[in-house]
Amino acid sequence: MKIQLTQLAHARSGDKGDTANVGLIALRDEFYPLLAREVTAGRVKEHFKGICHGEVERYELPNLGALNFLLHESLGGGGTLSLMTDAQGKTFSTALLRMQIEVADDEAAKLGLGTQN
Amino acid sequence: MREKIRIAAGQGFWGDLLDAPVRQVEGGPIDYLMLDYLAEVTMSIMQKQKARDPNAGYARDFVNLMKEILPACVERNIRVVANAGGVNVPGCATAVAETARQLGLSGKMKIGIVTGDDILGRIDDFLGRGIELRNMDTGESLTTVRDKIQSANAYLGAAPIVEALHKEARVVITGRATDTGLTLGPMIHEFGWAVDDWDKLAAGTIAGHIIECGAQCSGGNCQYDWQSIPDLANVGFPIAEASPDANFVITKHDGTGGWVNVPSVKEQLVYEMGDPHEYITPDCVADFTTVQLAQDGPDRVRVFGIKGKPATDFLKVSISYSAGYKAVGTLVYSWPDAYAKAQAADKILRARIDRLGLRFDQMLTEFVGVNATHGTLAGQPSPDVAEVQLRIGVRGNDRGAVERFTKEIAPLILTGPPGVTGFAGGRPKVEEIVAYWPALIPKSEIEAKVEILDV
Repeated sequence: MKIQLTQLAHARSGDKGDTANVGLIALRDEFYPLLAREVTAGRVKEHFKGICHGEVERYELPNLGALNFLLHESLGGGGTLSLMTDAQGKTFSTALLRMQIEVADDEAAKLGLGTQN
Repeated sequence: MREKIRIAAGQGFWGDLLDAPVRQVEGGPIDYLMLDYLAEVTMSIMQKQKARDPNAGYARDFVNLMKEILPACVERNIRVVANAGGVNVPGCATAVAETARQLGLSGKMKIGIVTGDDILGRIDDFLGRGIELRNMDTGESLTTVRDKIQSANAYLGAAPIVEALHKEARVVITGRATDTGLTLGPMIHEFGWAVDDWDKLAAGTIAGHIIECGAQCSGGNCQYDWQSIPDLANVGFPIAEASPDANFVITKHDGTGGWVNVPSVKEQLVYEMGDPHEYITPDCVADFTTVQLAQDGPDRVRVFGIKGKPATDFLKVSISYSAGYKAVGTLVYSWPDAYAKAQAADKILRARIDRLGLRFDQMLTEFVGVNATHGTLAGQPSPDVAEVQLRIGVRGNDRGAVERFTKEIAPLILTGPPGVTGFAGGRPKVEEIVAYWPALIPKSEIEAKVEILDV
């Protein structure tokens, strides 16, 4: 079944120049392996097609149940140069939470996700 | 040595809640009040102010705040550490000293002034000696913007703050010091940590990172179960309760709103994070993959296990330079066909801009209510959408062209699609852009200076 990341994680995003960072944090510790397996740098790059014009880097923080993504060339030049409403990348967090991932029915059931959808 | 000190954060940025630091002082016991005024963009704003008035260029709010809380700080032995000096630390210190004297605190307190971060006058010397100050993000040579530079500051670490505290400063004012150094400094001063005790320095640095954005770790901007967060109107700003062993607790005053829990602290930990293994500051390299969190009672999160590595031989430098002009205009279109009307207006405006021969480095159209935050990820809006704000921005080096653009927005009301409003603010303002250039410099080039001013 398809599960939206809103059901698995919360997030916060910010900026460094023209790069947005998104920290994706598992809502429960047992969701982290699923996130680490499914939410790859490649999938995040694909998700932000047309928004992120550079590379996507991913870092793992199992101690926090979190993944950190760097989305390069995403903020219209960044800082004061950017004309974007969200020049500081604050809403990239919720934009990432729109992503849907495929979860096998038995794994979803084991994680208590089976009753949703 | 004290077994515990409480460092309270009072400002997450220049422009944060004005009464937050007052509430930190009045709301319960604290030993230090740290105030972070300097985001990357802030230095550019202060530089603009100093260009207009040589006595300006620092956080004026800080002086007003001192007027309000200094007597209580002296009475209760609370010390203040702030990077409020911006691009004019002496000016800020002079204003605070004057305020203190007016409050009858002459002879009762000292002000620590930390300078040495300003390297504007040394740029050509550096370039001449092969210190290139290349843009850390783009690799570009500084020579491409050399004649447009307005300010240049190295990020100082905790060391000069510690020195000022050793010399009994009641208030320590810095310019471009790292946010984290403002919290780490008091810990080193109190607990006597060695300059190469990397794990402890990393722990103090991460404590600083957690509280440097004010309430953003105590319920503000917290996505986790946000509708359950109590009383944000009365949000409590964070306090780091530190011990000599470098374990610490993040908490807030009793009776305040918001919350401090593991999710709220995690959200702040990942904020503006790069490579979590290498959080580089002048004081150490902190490893965020070693941070352990545990709830330790209501609104208390214990932070432990932190590992650090030796500091690098470089300091980060923040250079600001003039980068042209920009302006943003907005109009609001109403139902029916709100989005279609806003799109039509955008086309019309762009055709007129073309006909006028105006050229810009960048021109961006956003439809607020449709795609301004999530772009195409948001999908198509409902055909019934109640209203859409058209938001068009331009940027370029030709001020005249940007100025001309600002005169094309209002006419759309009488010469474009119907159902339009929202132009009460007048023509958009042309804004001079001061942009940010991050670079690295060998530490050996920078010498922080600490002066003590007796009030």
